[in-house]
Amino acid sequence: MSELTISRRGLLAGSALLLASTALPTIGFAQTPKKGGRLVLAADSEPRNLNPAIVASNGVFFLSSKIVETLAEASFDGKDGLQPRLALSWEGAADGLSVTFQLRDGVKWHDGKPFTSADVAFSALQIWKPLQNLGRTVFKDLAAVDTPDELTAIFKFAKPTPFQLIRNALPALSSVVPKHLYEVGKIEENPANNAPVGTGPFKFAEYKAGQYYRLTRNDAYWGKDEPYLDEIVYQVLPDRTSAAAALEAEEIQLAAFSAVPLADLDRISKVPGLKVITKGYEGLTYQLVVEVNHRRKELADLKVRQAIAHAIDKDFVVKTVFLGYAATATGPVPKNDPQFYTADVPTYPFDVAKANALLDEAGYKRADDGKRFALKLLPAPYFNETKQFGDYLRQALAAIGIDAEIVNNDSAAHIKAVYTDHAFDLAVGPPVFRGDPAISTTILVQSGIPDGVPFSNQGGYKNAELDALIVKASETLDTSARTELYKEFQKKVAADLPLINVAEWSFISVARDTVGNIANNPRWAVSNWADTYLES
Amino acid sequence: MTRALILLRRRLVGSVFVLLIVVIGSFLLLEAAPGDAVDAYIVSTGGDAGMIELLRHRWGLDQSELTRLANYLWALLRLDLGQSVTFSRPIREIILERLPTTLILMGSATALSFGLGSALGIYAGARPGSLRDRFLSIGSLALYAVPGFWLGLVLIVVFAVDLRWLPIGGIETIASGKTGFSRAADIAVHLVLPVSALGFIYLALYLRMMRAGMAEAWRQDFVLAARARGLPRRRIVLAHVARNALLPLVTMLGLQSAQMLGGSVVIESVFAVPGLGRLAQEAVAGRDTPLLLGIILFSAVLVVVINLLVDLAYAVLDPRVGAGEASA
Repeated sequence: MSELTISRRGLLAGSALLLASTALPTIGFAQTPKKGGRLVLAADSEPRNLNPAIVASNGVFFLSSKIVETLAEASFDGKDGLQPRLALSWEGAADGLSVTFQLRDGVKWHDGKPFTSADVAFSALQIWKPLQNLGRTVFKDLAAVDTPDELTAIFKFAKPTPFQLIRNALPALSSVVPKHLYEVGKIEENPANNAPVGTGPFKFAEYKAGQYYRLTRNDAYWGKDEPYLDEIVYQVLPDRTSAAAALEAEEIQLAAFSAVPLADLDRISKVPGLKVITKGYEGLTYQLVVEVNHRRKELADLKVRQAIAHAIDKDFVVKTVFLGYAATATGPVPKNDPQFYTADVPTYPFDVAKANALLDEAGYKRADDGKRFALKLLPAPYFNETKQFGDYLRQALAAIGIDAEIVNNDSAAHIKAVYTDHAFDLAVGPPVFRGDPAISTTILVQSGIPDGVPFSNQGGYKNAELDALIVKASETLDTSARTELYKEFQKKVAADLPLINVAEWSFISVARDTVGNIANNPRWAVSNWADTYLES
Repeated sequence: MTRALILLRRRLVGSVFVLLIVVIGSFLLLEAAPGDAVDAYIVSTGGDAGMIELLRHRWGLDQSELTRLANYLWALLRLDLGQSVTFSRPIREIILERLPTTLILMGSATALSFGLGSALGIYAGARPGSLRDRFLSIGSLALYAVPGFWLGLVLIVVFAVDLRWLPIGGIETIASGKTGFSRAADIAVHLVLPVSALGFIYLALYLRMMRAGMAEAWRQDFVLAARARGLPRRRIVLAHVARNALLPLVTMLGLQSAQMLGGSVVIESVFAVPGLGRLAQEAVAGRDTPLLLGIILFSAVLVVVINLLVDLAYAVLDPRVGAGEASA
C-alpha cells in the first residue's frame, strides 16, 4: 500500500504509477470507515523509553498507546467514563482491599503468545508499582495480584484503597506488557522498551532516529474488522513552524498535541481540506498555575497572595495568551472534570484597586518610586503559553507595585531551580490533571514532600488542616464521601491560595478532511486509534 | 622531508592538545549548566523522590564531577565514547549514524557557497566598481544579513508549500524502500532547500573577499606588467588577478568549516534533517554530557582535519608557505 501514498518527491522521481494516484482527495462524508492507507502525522519528540508501563506520560502514550493497551480507556459516554480494553469488567470490594478484573478472552500478543492474567499480575507488581512514574504513588499499597484463572486478576491491597481512584487511574496507568518478554533480565534495560510489543491494533515496525517511527497493522487484533489503517507513520518534525507547512503541503495528514502553534490556527483553518479540532483532549487537561514560594515573607502573607490573584485578569489571559482556546480556572480541579469539580469556592475577580488595598493593608506600602517589593518570576519554558503568561504576569504585578524580574531557563534548569534549589519567588507551571486529584493534584499543595520532586509542593507551604484533609480523602472508600472531601479540598485551596490557578487548557489537532473518527474519546490522541480511518 | 609532511607532523602533535583542552573545557562548562540529565528527563514524566534517586544512580550521576571526568577520559583513552543517557545507546553508534548526513549537508553547502561565491566574486572583481559589481555586492550582503532559520522558512513556504516542487524537510522519503540510485536521487532532492539555506548565507563572505582581493590586485605592478605585455584580459583576470586573491578565501574555507557546524544546528531543526547539529541541540537540552562531548570531539577532529587540508592546500598554492621550515 505504501507505494500509493501521494508524494511530491515520488512525482519528482518521475514515477507514472505515482502520477496516476495523485487524484485530489474528494471531500465527502463517508458513513462507513474505509480500510487501508497510511496515516502520516507529526511527532515533536523522540522519547528515550517507549514503554508506557514504565513511563506514563503523554509523549510516550502518543506513540505507544497504539501498540500497548491498557485495561480500560476513557470514554465520553461509558459507565464511570470508561470503556473496556483488555479488561471487560472491574469490581471493587467494599472493604477497599481488593479489585477484581475480568479480562478479555482470545487476545494475542504481537508475537503470537496468548494474553493472560499472569501478564496483568506481572505488569502491576513488577512494573507499575516499583517503576512507573505515576504508579509508584497510586499502587503503593498493592500487595499481590491473585490469578485464579487465566482471565481473572484480583488486585490485593495492604491498606484500603479507594476503588474510585483505581478506576480513574486505569486509562493512564494500566498499560499491560508481556510477561514472557520482560521476566528475563533487567526490566529497565529490556530491548522491548525501545521496540514495544503489546496487544494493540498496531505493531511496532521501525524507528529511524531523527526521522520517523512506523507502525503496521496487527492483523490478529481482537477488535472486529479493526484496525482500519494499514500503517501509521510518525514523522519527526522538531521545528514547530514546519508542522503547519507539512500539513499544507500534504506531506502529513495530522498534527496533534498543538504541533501547529495557536497563532497559526486562524490561518490554517481557512486552508481548504484542513480542519481544526479542539475535541479529544478532555481527559488531558493542563492547568496554568502560579507557584508561590512561601519562604518569602511577603508571599507567606495571605493578603499578598489574594492581591496577586486579584491582579490577574483571567479572561484577558484566556483571550490573549490562549487566543480563546482555554477556560478560566477557579481552583485546583478543572471545570471540565465530570466527577470532582465544584464552582462553589472563593473567587478573585480582576480588581486592581482591591489588590492595591490588600497590599497596603498587609503593610507593603509603595515606596517613592511606586514599588512595594521586588521578586523573581520563573516561567516554565515547556509551552509558549507559559512563557507568554510570564510576560503578562510581570505587567500585572507592576500594576500593583510588585517589581517582578523574569528569569528564563531551559527545561532542565527550570526544574532544578524551582523544585530542587527553590530559587524562585513565583513560578509559572503547567501541572496536569489526570482524572483524579489523588494522582498528581494534591501533591501540589501537600507538605512533607522531599526536595527535588518535580510538579509538587516545593514552595514550603504547610497547612496541617489541608494535609489532614488530603490524607482523609486518600483513605475514604465511599465514592460520594470521597468526592465531597475533594470538593472541600478545592474550597480550602482556593481560600488559602498555596498556589494560584489561572486557566485550564488542552491541545488542538489539525487534520486533513480525509482523516475519519478523530477525537471520539476524551484521550483520543493517546488512545489506540483502532477505528481511525482514511478516506482516499 | 617535504614541506607538506613536516607541516602534517607538527599539526598532529598540536591537535592532540587541542582536543584534550576541548574535551575538558566542554565537560566543565556542561557541569556548570544548571540541572542534570535526570532533571531534563523528569520534565516529561514527573516522578517521586525514590524514582529520581534510582535514575541518578543508574545513570552514574550520583558520582562526583571529578570521578566522572576521570572515568570519561580513561574510557576515551581506550577509544570508548561511552553510553548516551538520553538514547541509552553507545555514543559512537549514534554519532556515526548521523555524521554522514551532516557531512553531506555541510559539504554541499560549503561547496555551494565557496564555488558560487568565488565565481561571482571573480565576475564582480573583473571590473571593480561596475554596475554588475555593485549589484552583486549589495545582493549578497542582503542574503548574508538574513537569519538562517528565516531564509529556511521562506524557502519552505515558497518551494514546498506554494509551488510544491520540493519536500519540506527530512533527508529522504519516509519508509520509501528506495535503494541505490533512486535513493541517492531522493536524498539529493531533499537536500536542495537545506543546502541552499545554509550555503546562500555564507556565499556573500566568499564573494566579497574575492572581489576585494581582486580589486587590490588590479593595482599591483605585476598586473600592469601583464597588461603591458599585451596578455588577453581574460588571462589576466583568471591567472594573475584571481589567483592572487584566492589565498585568503582558502583560509576562510578552513575557518568557516567550524561555523558551518553551528549554522547546521538551526537549519537541521527547520528542515527536520537528522544530523549532528540537531543531535547536539538534543544533547544540550537533555544534559547528556557524554553525548555532547562525543559530538564536540567529532566536530573538533573534523575542524582540525579540514584546517590541515587547508594548510596543505596553502603549501601547494603559495610556494612561500613552509619554505622557512624546510631546513629545520
